[in-house]
Amino acid sequence: MALGLEASLGDTAITTKLDAVVNWGRQYSLWPFVYGTACCAIEFMSTAASQYDISRWGAEVVRFSPRQADLLLVCGTISYKQAPVLKRIYEQMPDPKWVVAMGACASSGGIYDNYCTVQGIDTIIPVDIYISGCPPRPEAVLDALIKIQDQIKGESVLKDRHKDFKGILD
Amino acid sequence: MNATALENLQAAFPDATCKVVLDSVVIEVHPENLEETLSRLKNEQDFNCGLLVDVTAIDYLDYPQQQETRFHVVYTIRNWEANLLIQVRTWVVDPEKGIPTATHLWESANWGEREVYDQYGIHFQGHPDLRRILNHWQFEGHPLRKDYPIKKRQVCFDTDSMEDEIRARLLKNGVDEATMKDINTEVMFLNIGPSHPATHGAIRILAALDGETILANVNEVGYLHRGFEKTAEQRTYNQIVPLTDRLNYCSSMMNNIAYVKAVESWLGIEITERAKFMRVVLSEFYRVLDHMVCLAAALVDMGGLTNYWYLYNEKEAAYDFISRLTGARLTSSFTRVGGMYRDFYEGWQDDLETHIRGLEKGMGDALKLVDSNRIVHDRTQGVCVMSAESALSYGMTGPTLRASGVPYDLRKDAPYYNYDSFDFNVPVGSNGDIYDRFMIRFYEMFESIKIIRQALKHIPEGPINVANSQLSLPPKEQVYGNIEGLANHFKLIFEGIKVPRGEWYDSYEAANGELGFHFVSDGSGTPYKLKVRPPCFYTMGAFAEMVEENMIADAVINLSCINIIGGELDR
Repeated sequence: MALGLEASLGDTAITTKLDAVVNWGRQYSLWPFVYGTACCAIEFMSTAASQYDISRWGAEVVRFSPRQADLLLVCGTISYKQAPVLKRIYEQMPDPKWVVAMGACASSGGIYDNYCTVQGIDTIIPVDIYISGCPPRPEAVLDALIKIQDQIKGESVLKDRHKDFKGILD
Repeated sequence: MNATALENLQAAFPDATCKVVLDSVVIEVHPENLEETLSRLKNEQDFNCGLLVDVTAIDYLDYPQQQETRFHVVYTIRNWEANLLIQVRTWVVDPEKGIPTATHLWESANWGEREVYDQYGIHFQGHPDLRRILNHWQFEGHPLRKDYPIKKRQVCFDTDSMEDEIRARLLKNGVDEATMKDINTEVMFLNIGPSHPATHGAIRILAALDGETILANVNEVGYLHRGFEKTAEQRTYNQIVPLTDRLNYCSSMMNNIAYVKAVESWLGIEITERAKFMRVVLSEFYRVLDHMVCLAAALVDMGGLTNYWYLYNEKEAAYDFISRLTGARLTSSFTRVGGMYRDFYEGWQDDLETHIRGLEKGMGDALKLVDSNRIVHDRTQGVCVMSAESALSYGMTGPTLRASGVPYDLRKDAPYYNYDSFDFNVPVGSNGDIYDRFMIRFYEMFESIKIIRQALKHIPEGPINVANSQLSLPPKEQVYGNIEGLANHFKLIFEGIKVPRGEWYDSYEAANGELGFHFVSDGSGTPYKLKVRPPCFYTMGAFAEMVEENMIADAVINLSCINIIGGELDR
């Protein structure tokens, strides 16, 4: 016996655009890889905990293997020592993938304008959304997630993103 | 106490110059006598300094008072039982040639001296493993030297393989080539991190395994090195407070308090009674929160996700109180030199009481799940044992040291802020295993709440800042109302608080152990040098010692129960 959608549709066929159906799926099943290094990672813990509950946006399946994730959340300061690691993790993620720079440090180096801190991760990997704050509140992380979802809506499976990105490590 | 200590030390070391600075005795010795002095201070019964707290160097290149040599090295050591704090200083004629190492006396000298080498380029003769620790291996130059420009960035293209280090460690542990080739031993190298869920931040663990047993372990830290000390040299004393938030970000207010306490002790100011009580209440509140995050994460690593919600949800609720008070959830920046940023808000006592009850409930629920849980006991008891002697030698402090049976707690042994008048116990472990390290944190949380309740009963009314126009900002009515107020405000903001020339060390019992600050002031509004003594840096130095001969899965829970916080570890 058919249940759910197919029960009411019966033998009916639905026509849609490939992009629309794929994007719909991608949008609500983002699997984040949390690259947590510093204070921002603690705020991500709060975002995942009960009060803010990231699973309301379908993004609670936190993967710690880059090969299973499609959303890279960079939470915290990235030093030059860490840069090659971050780059390799980004490269290990299968396409399509999105990157969020959480907080002032990941976005621009923040208060650490010195010899060891990368001045924004967009010098290493392409970034889709930046979150301001030091550290940002959990609401801001959720807001970034919604923005990524909106962005996904307008994308196409036929188009490669960030193909010609060149960072300081390339 | 220090007068007799000074006499004793001067009598014992007639060739050295001894003087008292705050709570410590500073001994200046000739480099040739350094080794002998340190070894006597450690081994002689009169001194018995079992704890090497920190090693640092000072570069006098730009210092207004001309020094004979450019570099000095300072060893801060402590006999915790007698509350005897000694700083042994020596000068370095040639940094390339360096000075003799102290690694044969204290294990903690290993990482401490590596940091000095990395940051200042001073060699230590006879050091077993002198290489960079905080900066990457492709880095050239030494960033804390005064002639290194703060914005001279150096890109790292590749991570360090650490193959030589792990092989050397294997050899040290008695696994030579012949054993490795033996048909029954198959050594596997396993790399965990720097980005791995078990590392709670960016730390790298490289282990050589025989089956699941760790034969050798080496660690790489410094992934979150963000130049705190160099940045601090460019800020006024009050501007550094926000930087300290980001040391141990699980208990940011404790760093704020420790930092201003260190500045105030040199300025010789006694803060108001109310400010003292505020600092005690907030310190203990943050201690509870810090332990909660540690335990929540550690229990997740062990597979107990329920505990995480019980503990973390209460902590999350407590953020409401903190953001009401400070305006921020995580980074409080709530202290100022000479007092606090603001007083408590109206009705804070009820809020605090509600949260304390919530925290107690969370702790109680989590403890019930753990206390008589056979799986937890089997998993943690007798695992990764650290003896009291080696814990001290590695410079461990705080809950991890107390778990090994050493009841050293600055709140009891060198009390500040009226801690001696509060009634509380210092829980001590008996075996020094993971179980003890877990339970210590649970019991310390209950003790902290005891202190908060006592402080709430006795907190006096009154001002929160010292009445000193050289230190505290004038009230806003005066800034906008008269020229003196405006000028006062302007000078304090732009030039900062003027701190008299000198050098000193001051410490505080933070959630992870002894958090110390070593200052050098040239008399201006910014510190000439500011070195942090981070508790978890030295605890991490003992990690290999703890996990070797245990299982790889034990190493994971061991890392979480010693509560390594990247911001503080790598600064």
